[in-house]
Amino acid sequence: MEQIPILKIGDCLLVSIQVDMHDRLAMALQDDLTSKIVATHARGVMIDISALEIVDSFIGRMLNNIAAMSRILDAVTVVVGMQPAVAITLVELGLALTGVKTALNVDKGLELIRRVIDDEEGQVDRREE
Amino acid sequence: MIVEKNEHLAIRAGDDVVRARQAVRALALQAGFSLVDQTKIITAASEIARNTLDYGGGGELTLELLRDGARRGLRLTFVDQGPGIANIELALQDGYTTGNGLGLGLSGAKRLSNDFSIDTKPGAGTKITLARWK
Repeated sequence: MEQIPILKIGDCLLVSIQVDMHDRLAMALQDDLTSKIVATHARGVMIDISALEIVDSFIGRMLNNIAAMSRILDAVTVVVGMQPAVAITLVELGLALTGVKTALNVDKGLELIRRVIDDEEGQVDRREE
Repeated sequence: MIVEKNEHLAIRAGDDVVRARQAVRALALQAGFSLVDQTKIITAASEIARNTLDYGGGGELTLELLRDGARRGLRLTFVDQGPGIANIELALQDGYTTGNGLGLGLSGAKRLSNDFSIDTKPGAGTKITLARWK
């Protein structure tokens, strides 16, 4: 069975989607990522979609779900590398991905994850003081 | 209007939705579509192919490369023998679904196409035709 690899880097998980996913594979990735967040205590999830030529409503829903589930599990999800034509099409399709954080590339995605984690830890520290 | 080329593809399983996307991409390239136009018609095709599979119980896709004077276009026809759509107006509303999706498939695909039509009757299957012109 095909599987999309999930890499662990420090306290982040990195997924790079390089294949045209059929729906079952997308659902499997959603489940795998959720389990992996719990198993590794990851605080950040980065999903690179720079190789994806389209994002339809199914993949969009998967990205939304991953972001929502990771939030509940105390991790932040950032989707990076969306191609401009994909962004234009997604908006016209009617999917704004409002619940998903995005960044232009992997570097900026990691920066965003760090910033969100640091902000949250700062808030916790202030509360404890 | 001349049909320069046509292809048929069965939609019976999840993998066929991927194959449909790839076939549409190949023809969109031949039609000389820009990257944005390619992306739009592939995305529309993906939505309707999934509907054909999930709601129609599978069916068939016909792809046609069209020429109308100087214009070139791509027409996709999805036919299934499923339960049909009882209320097309409702089915075309954003966010309406009888399944567990987002309810954007039909309405979104319509927005991504230049021509879009639905021919359906309860119990008599569904035929959806969409086209995009260069």
